[in-house]
Amino acid sequence: MDGFPILSLMLLVPLVAAIACLLVDAKLARMIALVATLIDLALGVVLWLNFDIGGAQWQFTERQELFAGFSYALGIDGIALVLIALSVFLMPICILASWESITTRVGEYMAAFLIMELLMIGVFCAQDLFLFYIFFEAGLIPMYLIIGVWGGANRIYASYKFFLYTLLGSVLMLIAMLWMVNVAGTTDIPTLMQYDFAADAQTWLWLAFFASFAVKMPMWPVHTWLPDAHVQAPTAGSVILAGVLLKMGGYGFIRFSLPMFPDASAQFAMLIYVLSVIAVIATSLIALVQQDMKKLIAYSSVAHMAIVTVGLFAFNPQGLEGAMILMLSHGLVSGALFLCVGVIYDRLHTREIDRYGGLSINMPYYAVFFLLFTMASIGLPGTSGFVGEFLSLAGIWQVSAWVTAAATTGIILGAGYMLYLYRRVAFGTQRNEDAAAMPDLNAREWIMLAPIATAVLWMGVYPESFLAPMRQDIAALDARLERVTPDYDSNATAGEGRPAANAMPHVEAGEAH
Amino acid sequence: MDLQSSLQVVLPEIILAVAGVAMLMIAAFVGDKASRLVSIVGVSVLTAVAIITAFQMTGDTLGREAFGGQIRADAFAGFAKILAIVAAIVTLVVSPAFFERVAKMRAEFPILIVFAVLGMSIMVSARDLISFYVGLELNSLAAYVMASFLRDDDRSTEAGVKYFVLGGLASGILLFGMSLLYGFSGGTSYEAVRLAGMDGGSIGYVFGLTFVLVGLAFKISAVPFHMWTPDVYEGAPTPTTGFFATAPKVAAVAVLARITVEAFGSQLTAWQPIVITAALLSILWGALGAIGQTNIKRLLAYSSINNIGFLLIGLATGTLAGVSAMLVYLAIYVAMVAGSFVAVMMLKDADGMPVEDIDAIKGLSKTRPMIALALMMLMFSLAGIPPLFGFWGKFVVFQAAVQADLIILAAIGIAASVIGAYYYIKIVKLMYFDEPADVITGKSETSYGVVLAICALVISPLGYLLTIPLGDWADRAAAALTAFV
Repeated sequence: MDGFPILSLMLLVPLVAAIACLLVDAKLARMIALVATLIDLALGVVLWLNFDIGGAQWQFTERQELFAGFSYALGIDGIALVLIALSVFLMPICILASWESITTRVGEYMAAFLIMELLMIGVFCAQDLFLFYIFFEAGLIPMYLIIGVWGGANRIYASYKFFLYTLLGSVLMLIAMLWMVNVAGTTDIPTLMQYDFAADAQTWLWLAFFASFAVKMPMWPVHTWLPDAHVQAPTAGSVILAGVLLKMGGYGFIRFSLPMFPDASAQFAMLIYVLSVIAVIATSLIALVQQDMKKLIAYSSVAHMAIVTVGLFAFNPQGLEGAMILMLSHGLVSGALFLCVGVIYDRLHTREIDRYGGLSINMPYYAVFFLLFTMASIGLPGTSGFVGEFLSLAGIWQVSAWVTAAATTGIILGAGYMLYLYRRVAFGTQRNEDAAAMPDLNAREWIMLAPIATAVLWMGVYPESFLAPMRQDIAALDARLERVTPDYDSNATAGEGRPAANAMPHVEAGEAH
Repeated sequence: MDLQSSLQVVLPEIILAVAGVAMLMIAAFVGDKASRLVSIVGVSVLTAVAIITAFQMTGDTLGREAFGGQIRADAFAGFAKILAIVAAIVTLVVSPAFFERVAKMRAEFPILIVFAVLGMSIMVSARDLISFYVGLELNSLAAYVMASFLRDDDRSTEAGVKYFVLGGLASGILLFGMSLLYGFSGGTSYEAVRLAGMDGGSIGYVFGLTFVLVGLAFKISAVPFHMWTPDVYEGAPTPTTGFFATAPKVAAVAVLARITVEAFGSQLTAWQPIVITAALLSILWGALGAIGQTNIKRLLAYSSINNIGFLLIGLATGTLAGVSAMLVYLAIYVAMVAGSFVAVMMLKDADGMPVEDIDAIKGLSKTRPMIALALMMLMFSLAGIPPLFGFWGKFVVFQAAVQADLIILAAIGIAASVIGAYYYIKIVKLMYFDEPADVITGKSETSYGVVLAICALVISPLGYLLTIPLGDWADRAAAALTAFV
């Protein structure tokens, strides 16, 4: 694979396909989009297979100097690899999810999705600070159009909110980036990850990056764009939003905030904990009373992402690995849940929970899939959600017992609202005739849901496959954070030392069975 | 220093003046039938002048002086001239079709543009307060007439009178400042003004500086001296508005840069707060004022006020990099604004009459997909969203500000740009999210489409191919400016 620009190829395929989609009719556009995303998926598989676990930190690197200090520099480590895999895995499913439900301006819709895919892959593999920013920020345009053109009734408000919130967050980050490049004299991300900025400057830089990532994540109290955007976006838009776009915030923390500003990260750790704990409890309670299925899942996303941030700022390998696995798991599970909502929305055109009921009678296969993803969202052992949540909470336990206790209530509440949702939709009597007459999954929907179900179970039973590529990078990050690790009211005994990073998987693999 | 070498230096200006008079003669003897011909002559002359200027620029960065240092044809002047000429050519290409539609095409319009360009090219190459003022007034006089070119139209005449009165006021303030500067420095050349400011400058000197900056702030419509802009932009015929928003802005911003850097270079602490205040106010007011507008030309007027704010951030740094960034932004700004106005001119109802109501563009993406696509790109570009080229302009300007340690200014400025993004995406919303209003049904000439396509191409991601030459030229221009400080 040496020297073959596979990352550029992965960027080029959706770009070419997007332009082609704009020029052809609806039927052909769907086909082109599906083929292009499948090609990218195949390339993603090739990428994973050729990734040398334990080899160089940055692999598949490409570098081309451009103008004014910019460079077209790509390259991935294990963290980026798994997130790219998640993106290319979800994309063909998104295209399939829109196959029948999108009937207007199909070419433009498919083009917008393909551009999104290009930008998401770009964000995860950019090695130049400003190249990253361009990919990161450019996603606003297609997402704005996807929500605004193909969204639901209140789409305009949602699209404005999404656009302006995220823009405000990221422009402040741009100023911070300009300052960093001015001081450090390089735009190279791997170099900047090793650069030690002055401690007082780190505070400001951290806050500027936080402004952007907290909105993307989204963290309480700047999460309010998410429920609006989710509810109004088409199903595939929600899947991409929850599945990959939210991960950009977490990726930002793990790639920028933590390694570049370790002192400030430690300084603000308590802020993160407080915001996350509020988010976990508040949004879980809000989710309990939702009447709209998509809104419920959207609020549950905020709660899950809050556990991710807690895990990230635990400053130890368990927390970081747990946060990464939870991000992957949440990408799959919430994406699948949105697809499940989409399946019945396509049949009845309402997301009102009360309009359904007893679906396990007329849609048994659907009910099985829905149950599996509900359980994965709750974090049942054997599913991906358990591994991520357990590791994250195990990580934060070493820092603060109180934060752990508070964050864990989120899982209990999560079980509450998800089971309550499932009971109202799938169990009970068939209250509504039209809902009772809905047919079970068709072949297309099987093809969408089955791969995600497989991945969820795989990640739950044998997470090592996903942890292995990241381990070295997380160990490197942990080493960088070593000296700043905060210790609030930890119960961990001093002097014993942490369990080695590679000791964990065996433990949780065992528990998962 | 002899006359012949002076004449060589001002060759572009001489060509413009002679061609303008010749075009006037054609118009006088052939009448309005010749307006197409005169336009074509105007475009050819301007193109020729741009080429000559480009050749002058390739030589020594500092260029050559003429008339005892009154005029200097350096790389900076060349950059501004070429930019202004390009904007003028765009106006010339689109204006005949517009005026013919309302049966008001007259041969004077291209002539006025040529004279306005002559004025601009004098003012950007002037290194003396007097020659600068002569150029400025020549430019302004032509502009007043152009604003009221639709004589029977109330709004157009109103715009012309308003522009004339307020422009006259601004010129008066400017002249007052110049007289103070002359009094306290004993000379009218920028060099003399600069030397007088070296020892800190007296209070009268600082007053003079302030008045000159206020007068120029009127010309570039920086807040708080912007109030004429929305009215004039709305009332003037659309090709004129497009011209006002580009060419004279380029010239006035260039002059402002030249005066602040060359004449007041030693007085950074005196003018920097003024420029910073004007920059932030322009960004904020340009963004807030646009929100409630229902006329698309008024909206673009506020957008241009907003953009002036970003340009001033580059200038506020007072560094070579800052001036260079400002020039890059200026070039991108011209492409974005020219494109926007051409797109507006393409909005016509069934009778072919121009439509200016913002609600008329509802659902444009269904009825006129290509115009809508171009306008969407222009709007996102104006909002500074990557990967469109407008982002690059903001990027270099803020980079210069951060390098000059004006981090607070940069942070406030860029945060305020989010307010501006609101009305840009509102236009996209109208075009893409709403149902068609079926107002815009008229066809447009091919020439409009071509100009719009070129502008859209420049501000598309392909525009980044221009960054290296554009950056080089801007650096050379800025170097010429800062060479004397």
